[in-house]
Amino acid sequence: MGLSRESVGIQSLDRGLVIVKQDEGDRVVALAGNPNVGKSTVFNELTGMHQHTGNWPGKTVANAQGYCRHRDRGYVLVDIPGCYSLLAHSAEEEVARDFICFGNPDAVVVVCDATCLERNLNLVIQVLEAVPRTVVCVNLMDEAEKKKLTLDLELLEKRLKVPVVGAAARSGRGLTELMDAVEAVCGYGDVKPLVVEYPDYLEDAIKKLMPVVQELCPDWPNPRWLCARLLDADAGLLEALSQSLGVELMQEERLVYCLARIKGDLEQDEIGERQRKDDVAASFVKKAEEVCDGVVHCTVSSYNKRDRKLDRLFTSRATGFPIMLLLLCGVFWLTITGANYPSELLSKGLFWIEDRLLELAAGSIFPVWLTDLLICGVYRVVAWIISVMLPPMAIFFPLFTLLEDFGYLPRVAFNLDKCFQKCCACGKQALTMCQGKSGLRRPGVSHLLRALRFLFLSYTQSHLLPGAAARRPALEFPYRNAPQTH
Amino acid sequence: MKNMESLKKLNRGQKAVIARLESADDIRRRLQDMGLIEGTSVECVGKSPLGDPAAYLVRGAVIALRSQESDRIFIRYAE
Repeated sequence: MGLSRESVGIQSLDRGLVIVKQDEGDRVVALAGNPNVGKSTVFNELTGMHQHTGNWPGKTVANAQGYCRHRDRGYVLVDIPGCYSLLAHSAEEEVARDFICFGNPDAVVVVCDATCLERNLNLVIQVLEAVPRTVVCVNLMDEAEKKKLTLDLELLEKRLKVPVVGAAARSGRGLTELMDAVEAVCGYGDVKPLVVEYPDYLEDAIKKLMPVVQELCPDWPNPRWLCARLLDADAGLLEALSQSLGVELMQEERLVYCLARIKGDLEQDEIGERQRKDDVAASFVKKAEEVCDGVVHCTVSSYNKRDRKLDRLFTSRATGFPIMLLLLCGVFWLTITGANYPSELLSKGLFWIEDRLLELAAGSIFPVWLTDLLICGVYRVVAWIISVMLPPMAIFFPLFTLLEDFGYLPRVAFNLDKCFQKCCACGKQALTMCQGKSGLRRPGVSHLLRALRFLFLSYTQSHLLPGAAARRPALEFPYRNAPQTH
Repeated sequence: MKNMESLKKLNRGQKAVIARLESADDIRRRLQDMGLIEGTSVECVGKSPLGDPAAYLVRGAVIALRSQESDRIFIRYAE
């Protein structure tokens, strides 16, 4: 980053995202993928950043932008919030959709989880339908190997007709190949997007809509996709589309008329909005199933016996709660007793230094009130805080990280969900509660822990510490953005 | 329809096929995104100590569903 740095801003709709290029020739690459597939790890490995890229609704993509050089060319990587689908129904999915479809990235990388490829392909197919300049990065190949899954990536590549790269981002495996593929894809001219077959009535509707759309936006590279989305567009999508096309779509009489007629005809055949949406979603799932068929070979079941036994142990009626209590008590006990020794050492050391400082000050020209203020005031307080707080934190957090890496925390959420549901909250808050309690045992620690709670919670969703990439919690809640039912 | 039961009734270790989704829009979409559509096979792999939520194996991934959700998903048994 020199002084001659040139900033070229590409406004990505109204999201306020400004792509900062360092050079005219830099390429913009969007990193998309389901939540929890190691997108942030790929991003951090490529950009050399340790960016905290947690995802929660409303977080704009503007925060997650990084720069990487590959074979003498610069790439601006944009880390997009994790999403399962481009049929947006949450704030983060809208951000993802808008950037991928209308942000004009030079290429899109879709990061997938090798251990549950089929579900990830759902998003891949939706992206490919919209943006053909895409590279599929099958991440977590190391996890898949551990689970004895073999993936035929060549077959996948043949079916998707875009580069597919296997990777294990944690150890940096496959990332050079990934960037090579990105380079190749950026150079593509006009490529045909993947065609997803919809049910006949939707295909008919697309055919009817096509001439109108082609006339309205003759430059849009992918009219089929546009037609398919227009059939069930919500206000957000229409706005994004209008902005990106430079045409106020809903002011165009021909289009509005054509859409109304198609919908009217479909209603007459008793095909309502819900069924249309269901069928579109099902088309993607079926396509994913078709593409995935024969790609993944598992020598044992993907959810293998060992996992099953452990889950049974951690979540069954008889052993779930006792083990949870035992583990939490163990963590507290280790934290409290373990912290005593280093605490004592630290305070001894620090107060020995204080005595030396006082001796030094006594022989110096500084007035007594100043040395009192600095040494007996500031220094002593800092020394106390460090010796009391540092050891428990240094024990507690790694222990929790260990539990997280082991995938135990999602099981805690699973066990406690009902209790928290009753209190109109979600089981995920259990972690926060644990921390609050552990803090209360030790006066002083509670304040710091409270401040760190936010940090910790975001940390559980992503990997703040380099190298501490979380083992996948093979258990997911689909509720992340669903409204809480009380 | 005969033979239609809600997913909630599925016991640990039992397998079934999704017959119909009755979930409301928001959660419905999310379930579909996770590959839960008509014809998808599911297996209940565990219930939490209090019986709710339960974990299901769907297309190689394990997801947790609360009973208020699984109650609105209808299944038929494979055989």
